[in-house]
Amino acid sequence: MLRSRIRLAAVLAVAALALAACGGDDSGGGSGGQSPTEIKVFAAASLTAAFTELGQQYGSANGGTKVTLNFAGSQALATQIQQGAPADVFASADIPNMDKVKDLVGTPQNFASNLLQVVVEKGNPKGVKSLGDLANPDLKVVLAAPDVPAGKYAQQALEKAGVTVKPVSEEDNVKAVVTKVSLGEADAGIVYVTDVTAGGDKVEGVDIPEELNVVATYPIATVKASKAQDQAQAFMDLVLSAQGQQVLEQYGFLPPPTT
Amino acid sequence: MSLEAHLALTLGQLRLEAEVAVATGELVVLLGPNGAGKTTLLRALAGLLALYHGRVVLDGQVLEDTADGTWVPTEQRPVGFVFQDYLLFPHLSALENVAFGLRSRGIPKAEARRRAAAWLDRVGLAAHAGSRPKALSGGQAQRVALARAMVGEPRLLLLDEPLAALDAATRTEVRRDLRRHLASFDGTRLLVTHDPLEALALADRLVVLEDGRITQTGNPAEVSGQPRSCYVAELVGVNLFQGHADGHTVKLPGGVLVVADDHHGEVFAAVHPHAVALHRHPPEGTPRNVWPGTADTLEVIGDRVRVRMSGTVPLVAEVTPAAASELRLADGGPVWATVKATEVVVYPA
Amino acid sequence: MTAVAARRSRRRAARPRAGVPLLLLVPAGLAVGFLAVPLLGLLEETSWRDLPDELATPLVLQALRLSLVCSVGAVAVSVLLGVPLAFLLARVAFPGRNLVRALTTLPMVFPPVVGGVALLLAFGRRGLVGQWLDRAFGITLPFTTAGAILAEAFVAMPFLVITVEAGLRAMDRRYEDAAATLGAGRWTTFRRVTLPLIAPSLGAGVALCWARALGEFGATITFAGNLPGVTQTMPLAVYIALETDLEAAIALSLVLLAVSLAVLIALRDRWFPSPSA
Repeated sequence: MLRSRIRLAAVLAVAALALAACGGDDSGGGSGGQSPTEIKVFAAASLTAAFTELGQQYGSANGGTKVTLNFAGSQALATQIQQGAPADVFASADIPNMDKVKDLVGTPQNFASNLLQVVVEKGNPKGVKSLGDLANPDLKVVLAAPDVPAGKYAQQALEKAGVTVKPVSEEDNVKAVVTKVSLGEADAGIVYVTDVTAGGDKVEGVDIPEELNVVATYPIATVKASKAQDQAQAFMDLVLSAQGQQVLEQYGFLPPPTT
Repeated sequence: MSLEAHLALTLGQLRLEAEVAVATGELVVLLGPNGAGKTTLLRALAGLLALYHGRVVLDGQVLEDTADGTWVPTEQRPVGFVFQDYLLFPHLSALENVAFGLRSRGIPKAEARRRAAAWLDRVGLAAHAGSRPKALSGGQAQRVALARAMVGEPRLLLLDEPLAALDAATRTEVRRDLRRHLASFDGTRLLVTHDPLEALALADRLVVLEDGRITQTGNPAEVSGQPRSCYVAELVGVNLFQGHADGHTVKLPGGVLVVADDHHGEVFAAVHPHAVALHRHPPEGTPRNVWPGTADTLEVIGDRVRVRMSGTVPLVAEVTPAAASELRLADGGPVWATVKATEVVVYPA
Repeated sequence: MTAVAARRSRRRAARPRAGVPLLLLVPAGLAVGFLAVPLLGLLEETSWRDLPDELATPLVLQALRLSLVCSVGAVAVSVLLGVPLAFLLARVAFPGRNLVRALTTLPMVFPPVVGGVALLLAFGRRGLVGQWLDRAFGITLPFTTAGAILAEAFVAMPFLVITVEAGLRAMDRRYEDAAATLGAGRWTTFRRVTLPLIAPSLGAGVALCWARALGEFGATITFAGNLPGVTQTMPLAVYIALETDLEAAIALSLVLLAVSLAVLIALRDRWFPSPSA
């Protein structure tokens, strides 16, 4: 009797699971083209301040549409999209990560570029003047991990300068590098110019000469699986528009490369 | 070699206040009902409980004195303790258990084990030296516990109901062995039990502890012959009355007891159940003591019947089964009890 | 006896009346599914052919070695500090005991990342204690293996303390009385009687502590940082690998899964001792 009871229970459990699986999709129900009141934007960490403001502008201009922003290293975002995360727009800090998902997104367009800078604590207590100084073994240098766009760019710059750096930590996204420096845990790091600005008065930047610096190109695209194609496109348009470009410039970004 | 102790302490609901003295060579048995404070008293002597007030002196050494703050911690007292459920260390073998005390006191391992083995042999358990406690029978565990307590040659041996955990069959045999081992021990011995048989069998002197107070002390004959509390009276199986004597009468709460001897003042009067006669009708005859009552319960014990009587003077009578059925005692109803004055034992309270 | 009758009598004899209500079996089944499906998914996704190659890469081996070193180190710290603490909590009724106990269990309750932040504020270069360590001894803990050990110990020690405290409370203290009457001082009693008696709880506590330390992520990455060979323990390696090399991430996850399973199976008898024990 117990055996048949267990069998019955198993059937009921499977049925319950199946029902739950079917019930799944609730938002909008069915094909896109509806106008949901929320879009999800996946953006590189370095775009935090700029895109937050753009998100607010978009929302108030479009009848209170909520723009949910997911900031992380571009490599993490690309993987999430590959695994089926529900993004509507993807803004990457480099082209390789956009290429990773090229089958899953619409035609990308470059919307901004950025330069690297060395970030140090306010007052530059360790007297860092150049990339070469970062090789000093007594200095605690933090870089973004090699797979993070900022990390890749930093490696390129260091190679150009012929400098070998042994970082004490490889952070998952560029913002974490700034955090470690502003907390005083690390003495220096290589981040974007925009990050130094965003870092406030806890940090300051040391310029990297133009011939050693690396230009980061930021592409943006809508996600094909998005259920809010119109809205996604509208947001992307905003970013590329004069208004959007002005906001980006405000935060220290440079215009996208002309080619 | 002796123990002298005044003990006063409170533990939960129990207020213990007692004076205990054990002379050289005498085996004192502390007897009392459960909850009387016997274990508490032993633990206090061992230093496991601190006194609120009092003094413990063993062989002239002051172990504890609340007056001047003297306190010798348990591990420094020359005391051996056999616990009620033995408390053999479950993770050590019998040999290691017995050797434990010696090793704790700094004796090297090999020497400690040798002495432990000798003691295990003495209690007849040489073959079980390597066994774990859970592999031993109750009687064997008790002997290991005894060996463990005695191997360190303590000056005071405390035994807390050493036979209580054993079944009736093993108990008699172990009691015999225990008596033998205790006899050969040359320190001071204090044993606790709630079993009157054990007490009477082992004791040189009995101390009766009830509700934290000592109610009676004396040798077994004295105690059983002249009980001074209901508890002891019940143990011995005697009816005990307490009242005011004035010549040949003793005034009881429920009546008057006529006695043969002349006494004055507060007295105890003991009447053995077999001295009580029962009648269905008010008797006429020599017995001076006649009381009405009802037969409440009947208990067949061997070839006697014990009848519990309630009435103005409640008592227990002992009659033959034939008499009980003849009087139809089982049917209840009024019954008269008589006791001859000459059968009453009176002694000062 | 005929076959039918034999079968019937066998069935009647063997079947005890189970009496498990259906209402309990269904959620129980769902619970098993809930727990098993993610693990099954992990096993299903593994490319078993490539597994040995994936596991042999320097990244994986480094992470493995580091995880073992740090988790064992964390356990050592936890035992040295946690057992005395457990003893204190179990045996001494000091004022504020409840507060201390709550404090001890706090790391179990809040997110590990919060723990990491707290550790930074305490032991970071500018931290409460850390700045003194830096100035006086030149010792900094963030970005070091020692820092990773500290982070893991911080989150894992409560498990040890709680288990050992429970064991100490549950044990029959009269054994300690017996030891005292046999002349054992307090340290001897602790060493030769108390510890052996609580060995099962201690073992379970160590195993739980170790498993928790092995799986620790949030506090480690926040406080100790992430550097292969120094602070990139297995959970961190999985996290980083997940973003670029899924196969490596799965391989690492599998190793973690196997180790955790082994510990839990070994612990099974401690948590659920069979009645005959």
